[in-house]
Amino acid sequence: MTGDTVTITSIFAPETTPARSIYDLSMFVMVITAIIFVVVGGLLLYSIVKFRGKAADANREPAQVYGSMQIELAWTVIPILIVVVLFLATARVIHAVQDAPKPSTAIDVTAIGHQFWWEFRYPQLGIVTANELHIPVGDPSRPRPTFLKLLSADTDHSFWIPQLGGKTDLIPNHPNEMWMDPRRTGVFLGQCAQYCGTQHGKMLLRVSVDSAEDFEAWVRAQQQAATLDSAASAGRRVFETTACINCHAVRGTAANGRFGPDLTHLMSRSTIASGAAANTPDILRLWIQNPDTIKPGSLMPPMQLSERDLNALVGYLETLR
Amino acid sequence: MASDAVAISRTEVEDRPWVDTLHEWVTTVDHKRIGLLYILFALVFLVIAGLEALVIRIQLMYPHNDFVSPQVFNRMFTMHGTTMIFFFAMPILFGFGNYLVPLMIGARDMAFPRLNAFSFWLSALGGFLLYFSFLGGSGLYGAGSAPDVGWWAYAPLTARAFSPGSSTDYWTIAVLVSGFGSIGTAVNLIATILCMRCPGMTLGRMPLLSWLYLTMSGLALIGITPLSAAQLMLLVDRYLGGHFFDTQAGGSATLWMHFFWIFGHPEVYILVIPAFAFMSEIIPVFSRKPIFGYPVMVAATVCIAFVSMSVWAHHMFTIGMNSYANSFFAITTMAVGVPTGIKIFNWLGTMWGGRIQFKTPMLFAIAFLFQFLIAGLTGIIQAAVPFDWQLSLSYFVVAHFHYVIVGGILFAIFAAFYYWYPKVTGRMLSERLGTLHFWLFVIGFHLTFDPMHFAGLLGMPRRIYTFEPGRGWDAINLIVSIGAFIQAVGILVFVANLILSYWKGARAGNDPWDAWTLEWLTSSPPPAYNFASIPTIASRRPLWDLKHPEDPDSRYE
Amino acid sequence: MSTFAPPIVEPTFDTAGVWSLPSRGKVGMASLIVAESAIFTIFVVAYLYYLGKSLSGPTPREVLEVPIFYTFCLLSSSLTIHYAGKSLERDKKRAFLGLWLLTIVLGGLFMFGTAREWYRLIYEHGLTIATNLFGTTYYSLVGLHAFHVTAGLIMLSIVLAFSLAGRVTPRHFGRIDVLALYWHFVDAVWVVVFTVVYVIGR
Repeated sequence: MTGDTVTITSIFAPETTPARSIYDLSMFVMVITAIIFVVVGGLLLYSIVKFRGKAADANREPAQVYGSMQIELAWTVIPILIVVVLFLATARVIHAVQDAPKPSTAIDVTAIGHQFWWEFRYPQLGIVTANELHIPVGDPSRPRPTFLKLLSADTDHSFWIPQLGGKTDLIPNHPNEMWMDPRRTGVFLGQCAQYCGTQHGKMLLRVSVDSAEDFEAWVRAQQQAATLDSAASAGRRVFETTACINCHAVRGTAANGRFGPDLTHLMSRSTIASGAAANTPDILRLWIQNPDTIKPGSLMPPMQLSERDLNALVGYLETLR
Repeated sequence: MASDAVAISRTEVEDRPWVDTLHEWVTTVDHKRIGLLYILFALVFLVIAGLEALVIRIQLMYPHNDFVSPQVFNRMFTMHGTTMIFFFAMPILFGFGNYLVPLMIGARDMAFPRLNAFSFWLSALGGFLLYFSFLGGSGLYGAGSAPDVGWWAYAPLTARAFSPGSSTDYWTIAVLVSGFGSIGTAVNLIATILCMRCPGMTLGRMPLLSWLYLTMSGLALIGITPLSAAQLMLLVDRYLGGHFFDTQAGGSATLWMHFFWIFGHPEVYILVIPAFAFMSEIIPVFSRKPIFGYPVMVAATVCIAFVSMSVWAHHMFTIGMNSYANSFFAITTMAVGVPTGIKIFNWLGTMWGGRIQFKTPMLFAIAFLFQFLIAGLTGIIQAAVPFDWQLSLSYFVVAHFHYVIVGGILFAIFAAFYYWYPKVTGRMLSERLGTLHFWLFVIGFHLTFDPMHFAGLLGMPRRIYTFEPGRGWDAINLIVSIGAFIQAVGILVFVANLILSYWKGARAGNDPWDAWTLEWLTSSPPPAYNFASIPTIASRRPLWDLKHPEDPDSRYE
Repeated sequence: MSTFAPPIVEPTFDTAGVWSLPSRGKVGMASLIVAESAIFTIFVVAYLYYLGKSLSGPTPREVLEVPIFYTFCLLSSSLTIHYAGKSLERDKKRAFLGLWLLTIVLGGLFMFGTAREWYRLIYEHGLTIATNLFGTTYYSLVGLHAFHVTAGLIMLSIVLAFSLAGRVTPRHFGRIDVLALYWHFVDAVWVVVFTVVYVIGR
C-alpha cells in the first residue's frame, strides 16, 4: 500500500477541502466561545470573590436591587449579534460543502452499510470490494474528488474518517451523498459512528489514498475476475459446496452471494472482518472456524469444517489476490 | 404551635405497627408524601443506573478489554440512558415539584390528588417493567434480555427483523406507561398553579419555581406525547405487522428520528427548567438579594420553551437533510442560547452586590453556573453544523450532554436537596459531609467529563463496546473511568448524609436559611394540611415583607 | 401562623373583592386536550407524509368512501351534548336525560359506521393494517380516534346510569361541562381526520 497509516484520527488534521472548511469554521467558533467563557466565567469568579459575605455583615442585608432594563437590553442585544455572526459563518460552509458541484472527473463510489461491514462498489469501473476503500489523491491541476453515494442494506450506519471530512449516515431507503478530495497519499482510519447493533464497535474503516499510478494499478487488479489456481481446486470445491456461496461472491466462479463481503480479491486487503483483525492465514482460519472468537455477534456463522476442509479452504482463499 | 404538630405526629408514628405506616404511604394522595415517593424511587434508580455506568467505564478503561461482552455492553448503555432520563431525572424533578409547588403557592395540596398518586404508580410500574426485562426479555428465540437498542431506539434496528425477542418491547412499553404518568403530573401541576394560588398571589407574584414548573409542564404536554405516539406506532409495527418504520415497505427510518427528537429535545428542557427553578430560589437566598430581573427571567423561560420546540433536528445534522434544513436548525439552535444566556447573566446579577454565603446549597449552585456555562457553549459549538458533522455521534456529544445533565441538572438537584431537606425532615444535613460530597463530586465530574471532549475531537465514536489502541484515546479513557469511581464515592457520601442526618442532624426550625417564600412559613416538616390558615400575600417575597415591615417588597413591585 | 401580620398594601382582587381563579376541571381537561392533540398531530403527520408512498396494495382513492352520514351523526352529538348541559343547568332533568341519551346514540352510530367501513375494507378490498403504508397509517389514525370515541362513550354511559338513578343534579353541571369539553375535542379531531383522510388524502 502507498503512504503511511495515520492512526491518530484527529479532526484537527484535515486532509480534504470539506475537512479543511470544517476546521477553519471550528477554529472561528471555538475562539468566539472561548472569549465568551473567559468574560462570563471571569465575571462569575470575580463576583464570588468580591461579594462573599463576611462575618461582620451577618445582620445587614445588602441593597435589594430588583433589576435593570438597560442591562437586560445590553446582554440581549450582544448575544443576538454574536448569533448572527456565527450563523452566517456556519451557513456559508454548509452550502460550500453540501451544494458543491460534481466535476466530470469525479470518481463515483457507492458505499452500502451492512451489519457489520462496508460494501464498496465503483459503478463506472465495475469493481466490488469491501471494508477498505481506495481512492486517488487529487491535485489542484487535476482534481479527482471521490463522490460517495451512501446506502444501507439493513440498519443505520455512519461513515466517518475524521481527517477526510465530517460524517454522513447510511440510512435504508434514504440515499445520501458526500465527497472528499484528499491532498496527500496515506491510509486513513475511521469507523462506523451510528449504533447499528452488536458489533457496531468493530465496524472499522480504512481508506487508502493512492497516487494516480497506484490507483490505476489497484483498479486494474480489482477489475479482474478471480485467479483460478488449479492447486487450490480442493479448497475451491469446499467453498462452492458449503454455505459459503450463500453469502459471498467470487467473480468468475459460481459464488454470487450478496449478504457478506465480496471475496474476489480478499488478499488485496490488509484486514478482515471490517478491520477487526489482520489478514493472515492463521487469523483467517480462526475467523472461518468460529467468527465469535474475533467478533462476537457478527452475522457470519461458525462453519464447523473438518481440519482438512478448513486447511484447503484457507489455501484457496489465499489465492484470491 | 408548629412544634405541637410535630410532637403529635411523632407519637402517633412511634406507636403504630409498621404495616399501617406502609399502607398509609402506599395509599397516600398527599402531595408531600407522593413527592417523597418519587424522590426515593428516583434515588434508587440513580444508584442502579450509576452502577450501569461503572460497568461501561470498567469495560472502556483499556482498549480491547473484555470485562463484558458486546451484547452486555450494549444493554448497559441502553439501560443507563433510559433509566437516568425516565426513571431518575423525570421522577425526581416531578417529586420536587409535587412537594414544593403547593407549599410555595399557599395551597393545601395539588389540584387532583388521586391523579397525582396514579401518575406516580404508573411511573413506578414503568420502572419495574423496564428492569423486569433482565429476567423476561428473552422472548421466544432466547434473543434479547434487557433492551440493547440505545435509549433513542432508532428504526429499523427496533424492527422485529433486527431485534427479535421482547427486549425492545420492554423499552417501548415501560417508557410509554411512565410517559402517561408524566402527562398526568404535568396536567396536575398546571391546574394547581393556575387554579390554587393563595389570595393575592397573582401570576406576577408567584415564586419563580412556580413559573418554571408551569412552563415545564406545558412543554411536557406537547413534548412527551410525540414519543408516546411514536412508540404506539412502533408497537403497531412490531405486533400488528404495520410499516410505519419498515424501510422494506417504503417506510422511513428518518421519520422515527424526527418524531423521537421532537420529543427528545423538549425533553432535555423539561429536565433543565426545574433545575433553573432551583437555582432561581437558592441563589437569591444565599446572595441575600432578590432575583435580578424577575420579569425577564419569566419571559426568557417561556421563550426557551417555545424555541426549544424548533431545534430538534440538531440531533440529526448527519442524516442528510438538505442545506436549507440544516441552516434552519442551526439558527434556531443558536437562537435558543440567547434566552438561556440571559438567565445565566441574571443569576450573576443576583450575586452581584450581594453578601454570598457559601453554604452547601450555594456551593452546588456556583458549580452549576460554571458548568452550565461551559455546557451551553459546547452546545453552541455543535450548532455550527459543519463542525457538528465531525462532533456528532462522538464522545464530544457524550461529554456535552453529561455536562448539562450531571454538571448542570444533577448539581442543581444536589443544591435543592441541601436547601429543602430541612423543610422536609426538620433536620439540617451535615455541612461537613456536604462539603466532602461537593468536592468529591466536582473532582470526579471534571476528571470524567473534561477529557471526554478530547476523545471526541480525536475521532472516538460513541456506543462502541471497545476501542482501538493507538488512536490517542487510551489515556483519556482511563482518566474518564477513574473520575467515574470518584463520583460514585461522592454519591455514597451523599446518601450517607441523607440517612445519618435524618436522626443526627441539627433541628432546623421553620426557616433555617432566613428565606422569603411561603414554604418557610410553616413548620419543618409541614403538617398534612400545610398551613393552619391560607395566607394572603402582597408581594413576591411574603416572608421578606413579614420580616421587614418597614421596607416591604410590596412597596416596590 | 395565626400571628401573620396583614400586608400593608391591599392585594389586587376582582371588583367584588373575591379572589377567583379558573376552574380546576376545565384547566385540567384543557391541558389533557393539548396533550392529546399533540399525539394526534404526530399520527396525522405520519399519514400525510406517507400519502402516495405505498409500494403496492389498495390506494385511498380506490377504496375509501366518504362517510358523510356518520360524520353528521358525530358532529350533531356535539350539539346535543351542548344542549344537554344547558338543560341540566336549568334543572330540566328529563330534557338532559333525553339529550344525553341522544348523544350516546349518535356516538354509537358513528362507531357502527366505522365498524362497517372497516369490515368492507378488510373483506372486500383486502386492506389491513399490515397491507401497506396506507393501511398502516389509515387504521392507526382512524383507530386512535375511534378509541377516544369509545372511551368517551364509556364515560357518557356512566353518567347516563347515574342520571337514570336520579343522581345527577344542576350541582354537577361543572363536571358535566368538563366531560362535554372532552366530547367536543373528540369531534374536533374527527373534523381534522376527516379532512386529512377523505378530502386531502384521496
